[in-house]
Amino acid sequence: MNLAPLAGVVAGGARLISGVQVSWRDGRPLWPQSVFFANHTSHLDFVVLWSSLPKRIRAKTRPVAAQDYWDRGLRRALAVDVFKAILVPRGHGEKSETNARDTIDRIVAEMGERYSLIIFPEGTRGTGEAVAPFKSGLYYLCLRKPGVALVPAYIENLNRILPKGEFLPVPFISRITFGPASRIEPSESKQHFLARMRDALCALQPR
Amino acid sequence: MMLFGHRVAPQLSDAFGGILAVLALATLIGLALKIVVRAESARTTIDNLNARIRTWWVLCLVFALTLVVGQVGSLVLFGLISFLALREYITLVATRRADHHTLFWAFFIFTPLQYYLLSLGWSGFVIVIPVYAFLFLLAVMALAGDTQSFLERAAKIQWGLMICVYCLSYAPALYMLDIPGYGPDAKLLLYLVIVDQASDVLQYVWGKLLGRHKIAATVSPNKTWEGFIGGILSATAIGTALWWMTPFTPLVSAAISLLIALLGFAGGLVLSAIKRDRGVKDYGTIVAGHGGILDRMDSLIFAAPVFFHVVRFFYALK
Repeated sequence: MNLAPLAGVVAGGARLISGVQVSWRDGRPLWPQSVFFANHTSHLDFVVLWSSLPKRIRAKTRPVAAQDYWDRGLRRALAVDVFKAILVPRGHGEKSETNARDTIDRIVAEMGERYSLIIFPEGTRGTGEAVAPFKSGLYYLCLRKPGVALVPAYIENLNRILPKGEFLPVPFISRITFGPASRIEPSESKQHFLARMRDALCALQPR
Repeated sequence: MMLFGHRVAPQLSDAFGGILAVLALATLIGLALKIVVRAESARTTIDNLNARIRTWWVLCLVFALTLVVGQVGSLVLFGLISFLALREYITLVATRRADHHTLFWAFFIFTPLQYYLLSLGWSGFVIVIPVYAFLFLLAVMALAGDTQSFLERAAKIQWGLMICVYCLSYAPALYMLDIPGYGPDAKLLLYLVIVDQASDVLQYVWGKLLGRHKIAATVSPNKTWEGFIGGILSATAIGTALWWMTPFTPLVSAAISLLIALLGFAGGLVLSAIKRDRGVKDYGTIVAGHGGILDRMDSLIFAAPVFFHVVRFFYALK
């Protein structure tokens, strides 16, 4: 079922609840194909992040979400039918190499030359205070698509609106700060790359 | 005068005519300054001034519309303002994960309840937040089980409800006052808001024109003795000149507008102190050119409850 037109309505509602203030550290984006990567603190994250993108970019941006959480009933309708999310399995513990490669293959195929992505490289929701080490998916994705612009987006206060384990939201004014875009460097090591990306995200933290 | 099927008291339309004239004049002055002043250093101030004036048009039109609708309009307007103000305030102060339920009660139960009680015209609205919310929220917090900085966290949330909801709700509560020979309508509310906001604006204007000596440099770098004295006196003059829309004599109107202006100053100072403590300049960005809702409402927060009680004590039947 194609519910994509609903996305604008849901995004408007999310903006209203979250009162989100958006700022771009590096001017407004023009990049053709990007990966927006953000800290993950709340289920509201991808909806609010998506809604804070400029309309033109929004239409071509799809979130990558965890299959184990979003692949059920209403959640699935919201994630897949409305926001065209790409659902991927989450690695619990050690995951086999082939599985991981399949997942990256699928994301690359879904992206094509057209779509940008929203991903949360911490892999799971944090407390909102510290940014956890990044999973390596971002690195393997960039090996396959070295041309994409990597844009860090730091999300503040969404965890206070709807913390882990709560279902009633409390209104706070949230903030999303987009940082300058960068790319993976030729022959950059996995460790170096992931640390660099995490630093770029942490640099957007207030104070 | 009739507007959208509502009867509008002649004093109300006169007062609004005056406000629109002042705004038109301010717009012209802002335009003239933009054309005449070329100095780079003054540009930011003038651009901000013009942004403020543009926003004033919107604020005045919204306020006028709600006054025409009557008590319900004012209650909805101030209820919304309270909600957004509380959101700004709570965003600014540090809360902990365990405060989630307490905050939910504050936002979605006590804030609407306060305005609902006002719509019933029940004078008990004065005790619901200071007595019942005060005690109840403590119990909710204790049940949440997190004892770290308990008293401090409780104080923050209770303070938020007091200033953003309780104190502000006294403004539309003015409709409830039953003053013999003086219809229960929007005139008192309009009078309070005019004197209070005029005092704010005139303190800013006098401060920009003559300001030299800071009153409390650590709290608010923009508050000067020149701005304070000039603003308070000119707001008192305006309040005195508006005695015809109140149940007061000109002399009483002078005393009461002086009181409103002084309280407004105190409100601005206190709300500034909270901002400085949290290290920010404005509460938000929702009111273009002015900052957040609390930056605009800070003076009314202190002026409204005292004005209400003074008028009730000396003029109202109950």
